[in-house]
Amino acid sequence: MAAQSHGVTQDTAVSTGRVTRALIYLLLLLFALFYLLPLYVMGINSVKPLAEITGGNMMALPEVWTLEPWRSAWSTAQIGVEPTGLKPYFLNSILMVAPAVAISTIVGALNGYVLTKWRFRGDTWVFGLMLFSCFIPFQIVLIPMAVVLGTLGLAGSVPGLILVHVVYGIGFTTLYFRNYYAAFPTELVRAAQIDGAGFFQIFWRILLPVSGPIAVVSVIWQFTNIWNDFLFGASFGGTSQPMTVALNNLVQSSTGVKEYNVHFAGAILAALPTLFVYIVAGRYFVRGLMAGSVKG
Amino acid sequence: MAFLDIRNVTKSYGTVQVLHSVDIAVQEGEFLVLVGPSGCGKSTLLNMIAGLEGITGGEIAIKGRVVNGVHPSKRNIAMVFQSYALYPNMTVGQNMTFGLEMHGVPKPERDRALADVAKLLQIDHLLDRKPGQLSGGQRQRVAMGRALVRNPDVFLFDEPLSNLDAKLRVDMRTEIKKLHQKLKTTIVYVTHDQIEAMTLSTRIAVMNKGHVQQLGTPKEIYDTPASVYVATFMGSPAMNIIPARVEVHHGVLHARITDSEGRPQLLRLSQGNLAAGRDILLGIRPEAITDPEGADRTSRNIVSLRNRVTVTEPAGADTFVTMTLGGRDAIARMRADASVAAGQDFDFAVNMDKAVAFDPATETRIAP
Ligand SMILES: Nc1ncnc2c1ncn2[C@@H]1O[C@H](COP(=O)(O)OP(=O)(O)O)[C@@H](O)[C@H]1O
Ligand SMILES: [Mg+2]
Repeated sequence: MAAQSHGVTQDTAVSTGRVTRALIYLLLLLFALFYLLPLYVMGINSVKPLAEITGGNMMALPEVWTLEPWRSAWSTAQIGVEPTGLKPYFLNSILMVAPAVAISTIVGALNGYVLTKWRFRGDTWVFGLMLFSCFIPFQIVLIPMAVVLGTLGLAGSVPGLILVHVVYGIGFTTLYFRNYYAAFPTELVRAAQIDGAGFFQIFWRILLPVSGPIAVVSVIWQFTNIWNDFLFGASFGGTSQPMTVALNNLVQSSTGVKEYNVHFAGAILAALPTLFVYIVAGRYFVRGLMAGSVKG
Repeated sequence: MAFLDIRNVTKSYGTVQVLHSVDIAVQEGEFLVLVGPSGCGKSTLLNMIAGLEGITGGEIAIKGRVVNGVHPSKRNIAMVFQSYALYPNMTVGQNMTFGLEMHGVPKPERDRALADVAKLLQIDHLLDRKPGQLSGGQRQRVAMGRALVRNPDVFLFDEPLSNLDAKLRVDMRTEIKKLHQKLKTTIVYVTHDQIEAMTLSTRIAVMNKGHVQQLGTPKEIYDTPASVYVATFMGSPAMNIIPARVEVHHGVLHARITDSEGRPQLLRLSQGNLAAGRDILLGIRPEAITDPEGADRTSRNIVSLRNRVTVTEPAGADTFVTMTLGGRDAIARMRADASVAAGQDFDFAVNMDKAVAFDPATETRIAP
């Protein structure tokens, strides 16, 4: 071999490195393709006429390209008994998700702030109980929650769903923010107190501006969970059902032919917002905002 | 009435008492240093003056007003923290004027105060930077600037130099002293570094385990330490503490000690108020044991002491010599070119004017 004839071991190291790297990339590529396969199948079948799918050719590209399944899924498909498409349910989901994510994140941030910087007797117990709430399965809270919503007169409405998701999510958001703020130097809060800043001014001017990374984590987590939730939506949605429940109704409808192309389009529509949040928010997932606050 | 009055102040966390009746009166323009080992309660006391910690017992008054329970921002104090505690998301300028903004000072006035202080501390060119873009020394200046801008009655410093490297620490020390001489503000300064305490202060409070062991000028603390603890904490190398017995020879009081070989040696005492026959701990600073040529010419009582040298440590400006006195290691500070070698006998000159005597049981000073 060339490397041996030169007697330079580093040459060998470099060439094996190159081969190894090529292998790794190849393997990664294969995995990526494998993971993308379902999206590919959904994508191409959502732009095919139904006949091509029932003809048995799931993997092939469409012979005739059409956006009709998307139009149908969005605005005309039969959901339950009404031919409304997914549009109204999509709006329900948005109206539910946006406030629920915002409120649970803000409350979580405030909880984290109080639990780390305004400690009080028994605060570790409070935190422990909130942590405990993260381990309670959805199913257990269904009946008590139904009672609460009924008492408040919020059953079957979007505000009711918002309340459910905020309550269920606060345990997680509090955990995130508490752990993040625990590492935040308390001396900064003390300095701000001496400077004359109050409870909310310290939160707003000192802590929140450096909370970007953890806020993004909280938003991604809450958005994904709330958007993808089916059980609470099906149980408490009433006439304001979210996207997931509508998608289920679309796919599971027992009347007429199964329009697979419309189902695929609907499923992608249901997944798009979470994808969007990952792509947009992920870019703000920047570390090192704390650099330079204390010694260095 | 003092400018800052700490009257019989105590602090407990639950059942643990961390400060025991502290009494300190600070006059206007004084530079008071609280010094003591880590965990002795210095920061706690400072935080109580600042209002960041509650006062368990006693009173703190600033300019005649009792401030127990008054919010930190309403005490007209400013604090420089060990970590600097600069707000990471704000520029240097915003950091420095945040307090003024919170106190409702109008923008033009804030800008004027900022410009003055920035010029004083030579940080004008840094005002638009974020703390993350500054060096340690620059952050230190900004932290001081943030305190100065407020023009407070009392400045509180909590180990402000301990995060700097050795060289910068000495420079900043001088700078703080200059600043104090120029502005003549009242400062309470916490440090565990006895050299900082000696060089900066007009008065020092030496603390240990929540007690103020001694309060006095640097000279008082150094020359007449109240206890063995203060004597050995202040000064480097520490004061030599030598077990001795007071004896009368030819009508004069002497301290009888043993040398490296265990032979008795007599050191004539300058202090007359000690009872003959009693045991004492004799405190002699390293610089009071020298080679004869390096002895203090103004002293009236230089005693010659021949003793075996254990170790010599040349340190550039001085040479430190270790020997055994009274069965313990003792250190002498010689001129750099004193001809002294380990394992040999040497004639030391002991300046007994500077010696102090402690009670062996209570370890408090009994003479002078
Ligand atoms: N929040 C607290 N709870 C209980 N003990 C505390 C608290 N803060 C400080 N202490 C104790 O009080 C003592 C003094 O602490 P501190 O004032 O920080 O010491 P120093 O600044 O002199 O190093 C220490 O023993 C410390 O453990
Ligand atoms: Mg401290």
